[in-house]
Amino acid sequence: MSTILIIEQVLNGLQSGVMLFLMAAGLTLIFGVMGLINLAHGSLYMVGAFAAAAVAGVTGSFVLALVAALAAAALAGAVIEVAVIRRLYDSDHLDQVLATFALILIFSEGTRWVFGSFPLFLDIPDALSGPVTLPGGIQYPLYRLALIGVGLLVAFGLWLLIERTRIGIQIRAGENDREMIAALGVDISKLYTLVFALGAALAGLAGALVGAIQSVQVGMGEPVLILAFVVIVIGGIGSIKGAFIGALLVGLTDTLVGIFLPEVLKLFMDAAPATSAGSSIASMSIYILMSLVLIWRPSGLFGARA
Amino acid sequence: MKKLMLATAAAALAAGGAMADVKVGMITTLSGGGASLGIDTRDGFMLAMEDANRDDVEVVIEDDQRKPDIAVQLADKMIQSEKVDVLTGIVWSNLAMAVVPAATAQGLFYLSTNAAPAQLAGKGCNSNYFSVSYQNDNLHEGAGAYATQAGFKNTFILAPNYPAGIDSLTGFKRFYEGELAGEVYTKLGQTDYAAEIAQIRASGADSVFFFLPGGMGISFLKQYADSGVDLPVVGPAFSFDQGILQAVGEAAVGVKNSSTWSKDLDNEANAAFVAAFQQKYDRLPSIYAAQGYDTANLLLSAIDKADVNDDAAFAAALKEADFASVRGEFSFAANNHPIQNVYVREVIKEGDVFTNKIVGTALEDHANAYVDACKM
Repeated sequence: MSTILIIEQVLNGLQSGVMLFLMAAGLTLIFGVMGLINLAHGSLYMVGAFAAAAVAGVTGSFVLALVAALAAAALAGAVIEVAVIRRLYDSDHLDQVLATFALILIFSEGTRWVFGSFPLFLDIPDALSGPVTLPGGIQYPLYRLALIGVGLLVAFGLWLLIERTRIGIQIRAGENDREMIAALGVDISKLYTLVFALGAALAGLAGALVGAIQSVQVGMGEPVLILAFVVIVIGGIGSIKGAFIGALLVGLTDTLVGIFLPEVLKLFMDAAPATSAGSSIASMSIYILMSLVLIWRPSGLFGARA
Repeated sequence: MKKLMLATAAAALAAGGAMADVKVGMITTLSGGGASLGIDTRDGFMLAMEDANRDDVEVVIEDDQRKPDIAVQLADKMIQSEKVDVLTGIVWSNLAMAVVPAATAQGLFYLSTNAAPAQLAGKGCNSNYFSVSYQNDNLHEGAGAYATQAGFKNTFILAPNYPAGIDSLTGFKRFYEGELAGEVYTKLGQTDYAAEIAQIRASGADSVFFFLPGGMGISFLKQYADSGVDLPVVGPAFSFDQGILQAVGEAAVGVKNSSTWSKDLDNEANAAFVAAFQQKYDRLPSIYAAQGYDTANLLLSAIDKADVNDDAAFAAALKEADFASVRGEFSFAANNHPIQNVYVREVIKEGDVFTNKIVGTALEDHANAYVDACKM
């Protein structure tokens, strides 16, 4: 187990963490501001990836593909907010879960109608393909470094938006007391649509960025959605800062435990059962992490409400 | 399609013809993530049925959504209210395990177009159950044999941590004679392989064997190609299928994979099948389509020889395998699983389309490891 391998794995953990953050940020904003559990967030991730793959297939431009992903996901988000979600703000969480679960099915089968059952092709741009050599002789894919960079930039941009702009003030106020800001003359329904579209756009961006190194296929959003829920539970529901820290924790735990636990187990037992048992326990690791955090802080690391 | 077949049957009835003599129930995955496999299975099967153009066979098709509970419900419905004689079409081993033993126990025939878990080949074998595809281990055994032939000495192997993944690595090791640089089980449905690729890089391996079906394989190959690790890669055909290759793109070119079928396999039945499939569906067939096509032709050959209600005679007729397989020479071993060649294919680019060509034979007239365990 060399230092190089460890550093490479930490980078991998960071990269998966910042991409998770893009998903979790939208989810936590929507839950924090509107009190809505949006299971269809993973579908918006898929919409972003499919829009990117379709546009990249026609134009060959990755930048245009990203723009399309952002636009398509934001538009899809705004449309479902106005058409469906708006009716659910006063319902209880079970109704929201049911309705947004229905949206997952509609999006999945709708996407299959439009694009067919076969996975789509989306490649990373030539300028970012291949590995680069980092100091210390670490070979690391340039595209994954770029993902870390983009993720951190978006996190910084979101922080600016929430902490430094008028809209940010309204969003924070909406989290605390939605009746009051409505009474103060803020158009709350427009604000909700905006927040929902923003969250959707972030999910779409993540889908397009990750879709380039994975498989663009129907149902690709749901596994990420589960992780994103774990992230916001760990970070504290409604907290962007919590989502960021939580995403990095989940990304690093998931990657590092998955790699190192089987190696540690091999010190005590035979190789074959060690790898099999190690990977089984590793797939539980983030849920164990979540339980530990919840025992220590029942409302999550940065959660305001209990 | 289902409507069409029912309509044909109704027309036959109206014309004063008898009810279809043999009723076939196809349960396969037509929606959701794994739909492309089921759609190819169905299209291959129905191509053979339509070519035969017979009014004594009726096919009902249902979508199992890749869910074992739905598959069981559909099987019950087909057995009890549709009164089918033969079931077929299931793609996934866990669904097959939920349906097949119950169906054969009720005296139905089950012809597998794909899934063929070890349990049904060994102790759980049944004279009414035939796998027309392979036994699940076969392609992995072929990949192991190829790795040995290619002179690999230190292979890194990985598969998802679920029964078929464990069977895969066991199958590979059964025919691979070199050392293992590493053996890793990934999460089922995992989409990011950066961590495993880093392990491969650090392991000092001279080659990589992987079994990652569906989207998992697409993700792995794209990420592997971008990682700068350029060790030779071997895998079973599942990750190099016609539908999947287009999504992997250049990253797959040159990769060797083991398969019992390829579109360039040189025999008359295969040439006719590939041409007819392309003409009808405007795409290249996959191994699932080929297996569906063979299954239909095997079934038709048995219907010509025996009455489906006479279990012993019909099973004997099936076992003769008296049909022209698109895989060339084809017969059944004692446990009703195929004896066939396992080929080595290489991924190439033909014009704009990524596809496979045969470059060698890994195992000749290969049966499976469970023949002796089957007491029929």
